[in-house]
Amino acid sequence: MHNRVAIVGIGQTMHSGRRPYVNDGELIYDAVTKALADANLSLKDIESVMLGNMDLFEGHHLNDAMLSLYSGAMGKPGFKMNTGGTVGTMLAIQGWYHIASGLFDTCLVIGWEKHDEGPATPAITTITDPSVDRPFMVGAIGGLATISIDYMNRTGCKLEHAAMARANASLNAARNPNAHLRDKYSMQDVLNARMVLYPLNLLMCCPTSLGACAMVFASESKARKITRKPVWIKDHVTVHVEYGGAQFGVGEKRWTSHMQAGSTIFKRNHITNPRKETQVFEMYDPFAFAIPSWMEDFGICDTGEGWKLVEKGAIALEGEYPISPSGGVMCTNAIGDSGMLRVAEAALQIRGDAGEHQVTREVKQALASGFGGSYWTDLLLLSKTTD
Amino acid sequence: MPDRVGIVAAAMTKFEAAKPWQHLAELVLEVTDKVVEAAGISLQNDVESVVSCSQDHWDGRTISSMPIPDVTCAHLKDESKVAGDGAYAVLYGAMHVLSGDHKLVLVVSHCAESHTDGTIIENWSIDHVFNRMLGLDYTMSAAMQARRYMDKYGVTPEQFAKVVVKNKGNAKKNPYAQESAALSVNDVLKSKMLADPITVMDKKPVSDGACAMILATEEIAKKLTDKPVWIKGAGNCYNPHFLGDRELADCDALESASKKAYKIAGIKNPVKEIDLVELSEYYSYQELLWTEGLGLCKRGEGGKLIDSGKTQLKGEIPINPSGGLLSGIPVTVAGMSRVAEAVWQLQGRAGERQVPGAKLAVAHGCGGICGQMHCVLVLEKGGK
Repeated sequence: MHNRVAIVGIGQTMHSGRRPYVNDGELIYDAVTKALADANLSLKDIESVMLGNMDLFEGHHLNDAMLSLYSGAMGKPGFKMNTGGTVGTMLAIQGWYHIASGLFDTCLVIGWEKHDEGPATPAITTITDPSVDRPFMVGAIGGLATISIDYMNRTGCKLEHAAMARANASLNAARNPNAHLRDKYSMQDVLNARMVLYPLNLLMCCPTSLGACAMVFASESKARKITRKPVWIKDHVTVHVEYGGAQFGVGEKRWTSHMQAGSTIFKRNHITNPRKETQVFEMYDPFAFAIPSWMEDFGICDTGEGWKLVEKGAIALEGEYPISPSGGVMCTNAIGDSGMLRVAEAALQIRGDAGEHQVTREVKQALASGFGGSYWTDLLLLSKTTD
Repeated sequence: MPDRVGIVAAAMTKFEAAKPWQHLAELVLEVTDKVVEAAGISLQNDVESVVSCSQDHWDGRTISSMPIPDVTCAHLKDESKVAGDGAYAVLYGAMHVLSGDHKLVLVVSHCAESHTDGTIIENWSIDHVFNRMLGLDYTMSAAMQARRYMDKYGVTPEQFAKVVVKNKGNAKKNPYAQESAALSVNDVLKSKMLADPITVMDKKPVSDGACAMILATEEIAKKLTDKPVWIKGAGNCYNPHFLGDRELADCDALESASKKAYKIAGIKNPVKEIDLVELSEYYSYQELLWTEGLGLCKRGEGGKLIDSGKTQLKGEIPINPSGGLLSGIPVTVAGMSRVAEAVWQLQGRAGERQVPGAKLAVAHGCGGICGQMHCVLVLEKGGK
């Protein structure tokens, strides 16, 4: 039986496309300062510091060491994780392991990215094998477009439904002062956007942002002293799949890692009706079809039901099952912090501290997911109580 | 440690200056196959989680763990990657077991330094606002550290050379070592100067290879082997990044890491209690400096310790009986290979380089400019 782990402090920077007057150290210092202030702690109360992002986006090697002055890691334990899009959620899980193992009572985790310092797509292209498929790969969009087409063919989802999901995200982001893209769009606005790779147009893809998120985790005994509103990490799961396993070949292109992650979490926590027993889902949703299709893959709804829920408006802030009330990854995407923002925003919903983008239903349990790599999944279940 | 974490088995490739016939994933496949066989387990059914360790810049690949689920049979399993030294991956694997989340964990690391020019990567790890444009790499900064160490404590290049003589000599008994030689102090001093006082022999050679180990709960480790090795203590710590913010002749972060590890392990007198040390000396002077940080001698006395002969293979406290990094181990793999060597010593499987009756060992990994971060693991012999 592991030690219980709580989220006791959350801080995030504003997100934008370009801030040439802010360097990476200043960016993470901003998030760290806010997280410590939120926890009402000082750096000397923190036992270990972990920092993560993707090295090749900015071109910094070992930047956990390079930025130790700004992260607060100087003179403290810590190490870096780096797993692609899942790095933010992986950092949260790393923080969980530090405390659940009994080796630490408090830790600070920081996820960040500064996409204005280097083009993302060439760096993403290098995820593929240099001797096999790198010549055919251009960033992440190819696989996501394939899966979108497959989803439309399989379930009858139309372009309009993806546009509805994106329009809903824009309304959410407009209420989130930290989001990057905050313009409000109608379904028709989204459909009118420039096509990038069918069926994904510019608005249906995630942007490249810069920003950082920091979180403080604590053991049960410490957490109760630090805050009156701890958010508990009730469960988490990581599912990685074989390289190229989901992307290629004929037949159904369902997200096997999402499917397994969802069923594992729901089974272990005796959740039979996820839309009732969890009240909000901060999903790592990097393209518009992700919302309807991944709801199905995670087991939030039945196959073919995802786009119908979008059509009904169920995913809105005041809807039956709000998805990514922060605006999600389609409105804010600094890859190293995208995953951590999902966990942070889900925790804010449980605390009731999400401000203007707080969902209308009472949140007792929330889901947060990470996606990246070779179609990999992290899924966390957060809870208001320890039972 | 809150509970016992056992290391069941460890495996390494032979380290070589280049392995152009092996894809990076094949390096991992080789050690995974070896370690699974040594542990007598099924990769598919018994391994619950994989912790890998590699670096995107060295692999030239964003998410350098992309091929890992393939070769470690981690399809639809938990896999995560530590982007630092391999010793941290062992620590993270131990956390997986301690948390109760996983009972049996495969830890792997790989690196092929021959694929690229390491000095450029080292330069990219240096602060880009103030220092990177100076063109610093680890050898130049190590020269400054060695020089400061000599100035402050009167340590000499002859004493650095003795480390090279000892380690390259020990490597003759290690079939996995890349380079070994019977050298004299003069051979080292006369070799090509890179950055005064560091000669080409004072520096770790370019190397390719991989390392793997199996970690398990106490119960499972005892079932799988009659020679388990327990992780008895662990500590890690960052130094400041800017060289001007540090006293380069002392190693505060390593002292902090080793003190923590010893406290958890209940070690009061490291020299008396520890039977052998495998540490990460990227440059010869670092072995002397790290012995101070590990509490094996007082500050400034690393030179005297090598002079005393106590750190020789047959000495009171052998340091790097395997030949250390100077015999050729790639970065990233470095710290994990130190743990693996210590495990073999404690299991009595170290062949000609075996330290007789070894019961307690320390393994050390480090990374960054002038050893900016350190990880110390205390390992104890289990079984009879």
